[in-house]
Amino acid sequence: MTDLSNSEPQTAPRSQWRDVWIQFRSHHGAMFGAIVLLLIVLGVYVGPWIWHVDPQFLPQGRDFINLRDTRPIYVALWEPDAKVNWAHPLGTDNLGRDTLARLLFGGQVSIAVGLTAMLLSLFLGTLVGVLAGYFRKADGPLMRLTDLFLALPLLPLILVASLLFRDPLAAVFGAEGGVFILIVALIGITSWMQTARIVRGDVLALKEREFVLAARSIGTTNTKLITRHMLPNILSPILVSATLGIATAIITESALSFLGFGFPPDFPTWGRLLNDGVDRLVSYPERSIWPGIMISLTVLSVNYLGDGLRDALDPRIRGR
Amino acid sequence: MLTFTIRRLILSVPTLLFISLVIFLLLELAPGDPMAQVPLTVPPEVKEKMREALGLGEPMHIRFWKWLVQFFWIEPQVLIDYMFGTTFSEGDLRVISWQTRSPVMDIVIQRIPQTLWVVGTAYVVAIIIAMPIGIYSAYRQYSWFDQAGTFVSMVGFSIPPFFSGVLVIVIFSVQLGWFPSIYDTTHEVTDWASFKVQLQQMIMPVMVLALQITAQLSRFMRASMLDNLNQDYVRTARAKGLGERTVVLTHVLRNSMIPVVTVIALGVPSIFGGAIITEQVFKVNGIGQLLIGSIEANDLPMVQTLTFVFAVLIVMFNLIADVLYGILDPRIRYD
Repeated sequence: MTDLSNSEPQTAPRSQWRDVWIQFRSHHGAMFGAIVLLLIVLGVYVGPWIWHVDPQFLPQGRDFINLRDTRPIYVALWEPDAKVNWAHPLGTDNLGRDTLARLLFGGQVSIAVGLTAMLLSLFLGTLVGVLAGYFRKADGPLMRLTDLFLALPLLPLILVASLLFRDPLAAVFGAEGGVFILIVALIGITSWMQTARIVRGDVLALKEREFVLAARSIGTTNTKLITRHMLPNILSPILVSATLGIATAIITESALSFLGFGFPPDFPTWGRLLNDGVDRLVSYPERSIWPGIMISLTVLSVNYLGDGLRDALDPRIRGR
Repeated sequence: MLTFTIRRLILSVPTLLFISLVIFLLLELAPGDPMAQVPLTVPPEVKEKMREALGLGEPMHIRFWKWLVQFFWIEPQVLIDYMFGTTFSEGDLRVISWQTRSPVMDIVIQRIPQTLWVVGTAYVVAIIIAMPIGIYSAYRQYSWFDQAGTFVSMVGFSIPPFFSGVLVIVIFSVQLGWFPSIYDTTHEVTDWASFKVQLQQMIMPVMVLALQITAQLSRFMRASMLDNLNQDYVRTARAKGLGERTVVLTHVLRNSMIPVVTVIALGVPSIFGGAIITEQVFKVNGIGQLLIGSIEANDLPMVQTLTFVFAVLIVMFNLIADVLYGILDPRIRYD
């Protein structure tokens, strides 16, 4: 009888997000991905306050001769007579600009493009998916549209469009702003299809559930039903495709910059830096390899993050 | 099966028409002017005449129709003439490149084998590598092989082709000197020695292109095998006393292939995108490189045709995958 008197639970009930976090934490790859990604983002955005060198600074006169084409400091380990300079730990390029500062600056641009393009493609994908899943009349046309988009040769089209709309947009928003908007829009418009398909499937399944019927029976409007009852329930697939979307967006942006269709040459991004380094690959391999490592590491950590999120957000896997 | 194939074939026609419309409208908005290179001393009315000779200046829908006719009616005739020596296409206007002033399709036909050769080999190599890896990692789930496979495929999936390409050039061409860094398309295979040279120059582009597909495919293969390995029919097959090899490689594999074929088909657009980059890295003069060159030279008919050729290739491979799907899963055929 004494046990029954203590009927109130002493600990707070476990919330859903706490369960998700516990599952996420047990996934080593996901934790590694999250930490590395956090380090990269912090390094890229906070780094320039510690590393004060201007990425656009061009040394003049004799400084130019002295400072150009320095190698990273670690090269001195196996090449004692290599031209190294402790003021430039990762060396300089053929114009004497500091590689480390350019890497940090390029990272800011690449990550900003990745995040914004992901948001745009997520918005488009969710919109199309919800409309197609919720309104039966829209389902056919919207899904045919999705299939057609999946059959488009995306990279050629992005290349063509990035060249055609570059000048008009640059005239309105300035050279860098115009290209930023252009690339974000192009990546967003061409990568929403997977999200739309997943969201549509989930909405179709949710629509038949009792709680939707209950909400409808008390007179909830379509808009409220979608925003209050549908969207929170399809949050997990959206989150997963968001992480994977960042990875594709960063790769596409780098590919565009690599092919010379991205940002202008004096505005470094990781893909652009990689491309610039290719011409002098034999003498200065580090100029291509460092940006490449940064791209790959970011994408790898984002992919692992997505993998872990998928496991953590799936109630069937959680707790196993 | 035949009606199924024919139905899929007919369904791809509206898709291609839509794609050609998208490409056409996109280029319609192009601010580039083919007369920009003409000297300023040429009077405006002559320039106007030249513009008309290039087929500009007419309303949009007429030009779209003319392009469709040129592409779907005249170009096949040229092909028939070329093959059988007939004269169907005599006197017809073909799609002319602004850059070289020669028919676009002639150049595309010269360039297409290189691309298809590299892309096709890469796809086959990727499938050959990915399938056993996926099957074995699923069969021995959570073994060290599975863990290593997961890690390698994650890394392979994350390294973009323009970095892995540069990386293998640095390692195998610059440091070790095993393979040439430039793909020589004029090289002809005549004997064993020249075949070896061909193999050496193909190995890097193909492997770079195959890496990403392998990574993706082996993951899907593993997941799909895992779904099937615990099914009741597998237990039944084992209970009947079938050998382990028959159970896994015949019963489970065939059922697991169905979603994998979809992934193979959906990966085709991205592999052609990857081919554009790989061709740029290894200097293969395929259609990807031609596309980059003609975009830079503002050669609109060439860009239009090439983008459309890419679309045709993608739709064609999707069609092949659909038919394979029908062969693997009889339920699909009768919907």
